[in-house]
Amino acid sequence: MGKILMKGNEAIGEGAVRAGCRYFFGYPITPQSELPHYLAKRMPEVGGLYLQAESEVASINMVFGAAGAGARVMTSSSGPGISLMQEGISYVAGAELPCVIVNMVRGGPGLGNIAPAQSDYFQATRGGGHGDYHLIVLAPASVQEIIDLMQDSFDLADKYRNPVMLMGDGVLGQMMEPVELGEEKPVSIPEKSWAATGRKKREKKNLINSLYIVPENCEVHNIKLGEKYKLIASSEQRWEEYRLEGAELVMVAYGTASRVCKAVVDMYRAEGIPVGLIRPITLWPFPNRRISELAETAKSFLSVEMSMGQMVDDVRLSVNGKKPVHFYGRVGGMIPVARDVFNEVKLILSGGAK
Amino acid sequence: MKKIFSRPNSLKDMPFHYCPGCTHGIVHRLVAEVIDELDIFDRAIAVAPVGCSVFCYEYFDCDAYQASHGRAPAVATGIKRVLPESVVFTYQGDGDLAAIGTGEIVHAAARGEKFTVIFINNAIYAMTGGQMAPTTLLGQKTTTTPFGRDSQINGSPVRMSEMLSVLDGAAYISRVSMHNPANVIKAKKSIKKAFEVQIAGQGFSMVEVLSSCPTNWGLPPLKALKWIEENMIPYYPLGEFKAPAEVV
Repeated sequence: MGKILMKGNEAIGEGAVRAGCRYFFGYPITPQSELPHYLAKRMPEVGGLYLQAESEVASINMVFGAAGAGARVMTSSSGPGISLMQEGISYVAGAELPCVIVNMVRGGPGLGNIAPAQSDYFQATRGGGHGDYHLIVLAPASVQEIIDLMQDSFDLADKYRNPVMLMGDGVLGQMMEPVELGEEKPVSIPEKSWAATGRKKREKKNLINSLYIVPENCEVHNIKLGEKYKLIASSEQRWEEYRLEGAELVMVAYGTASRVCKAVVDMYRAEGIPVGLIRPITLWPFPNRRISELAETAKSFLSVEMSMGQMVDDVRLSVNGKKPVHFYGRVGGMIPVARDVFNEVKLILSGGAK
Repeated sequence: MKKIFSRPNSLKDMPFHYCPGCTHGIVHRLVAEVIDELDIFDRAIAVAPVGCSVFCYEYFDCDAYQASHGRAPAVATGIKRVLPESVVFTYQGDGDLAAIGTGEIVHAAARGEKFTVIFINNAIYAMTGGQMAPTTLLGQKTTTTPFGRDSQINGSPVRMSEMLSVLDGAAYISRVSMHNPANVIKAKKSIKKAFEVQIAGQGFSMVEVLSSCPTNWGLPPLKALKWIEENMIPYYPLGEFKAPAEVV
């Protein structure tokens, strides 16, 4: 099968279907609308369900029910809608339910706008809702990568019984790129002996729950979750390296911003100046080990984001004071321009950066 | 000697945590008896709310979920859409269903979701310390209406059964009461109908149960039952507000 042109939002839908997702609950919001449009048509073709909920609060709780029943299930939204889901996401994490949540991030805070942004990084990687928990957060940078990561999203969710967030933005959602879908493969969904499906002849009842009223028990539960997050942090860090050989200045950028940075790297490499890029694919767990290694050889780092500076905190924690870490951001739905990033790098290389 | 009365199989053998004189225990028992009689224990799924009855997932021995405050109808929607052969019920109080979860219950009913709601109306938030609920009667004193509920400040009590019965997706809606044995027997019949409507795939079903809260009403158990009869029933009339022809 050859390549076909696809919008990012549609690729999320097709990727989910190919990963065995058969249930989608969502509420309309821009800029992810093409995804529900796609799934409203596609789900019935594969015997699945697209159900429009009355709110994002209801969507995530429908996901809670469907995931507890053992289904591969997804919801999607953008900024304000994801904020509304936070209580439910905390319950999903507390009850250890596998599911996929898509956030096509838009400009904020408040109603902000519908233009692309990366300003929900803290919300996605620091928990977002109440309590000690983590989402696994994946950040694709192309339509092809969306297709590939959807399968991984559902597999990781099931492997760790943990919610997975796919973070994109309006650019990734709405641009069209050629993608290779490949052959549809049979999906193997692991057996979920914990799912509450009705007891049938099971000896013990199954319970989907995040309530531990006795503090001693709630502590045990938190420690168990903590061990899981440690395992994920050590096993699942993913990143892409771009022209890092001998790089004196390492840019760190993900998603849409990383595409701009690749162009900047090429501009410098054309001049023989050693600038490279590391692109986190998992925002949580953050690829801190590789960045820590790079801090031994690189002279400085530049985090480029479509935010006021959020991921830069993780870059600083990874570099741990060994080298200066700089930040460049555009916000409110604006996208960094390659020439401006180029000039920012030039300033750092000349020792003139603030 | 022949045993003529025992605990329903669907209830676990453990003491309830409810206060003396609270009618949650009776309603739990009625639901469990109905599950036994309809022989649906193996495919029954309970969805517990936030509130006094949060631990009902401990008492019903079937598979269960604990939902966030007010969202049991959304959770039940997710379960039932994945497992259409299961028999799903939510068990919700009046704060859970008629305040924070108003959106979820209205739209679950509007969609005709095929699950059953057991809605406990005791005119108060009990677990959090006796605050005013949407169902608190006018003039009723609570910890947040110390001078009695005033319609000018707090509006008037919400009649959920009447509200939901105008929706096409609602197949069976009734209001029953726990204030005396005759009404307890009627309540059980109504709960059974609601489950039968679900099993027949006819749509959304809900039984609103007028219940007592002696602790937060500040009344001894018997007087609390009398209070249901004298104060709640005049405002919340009993009966079936909607029923499919086949089960009336």
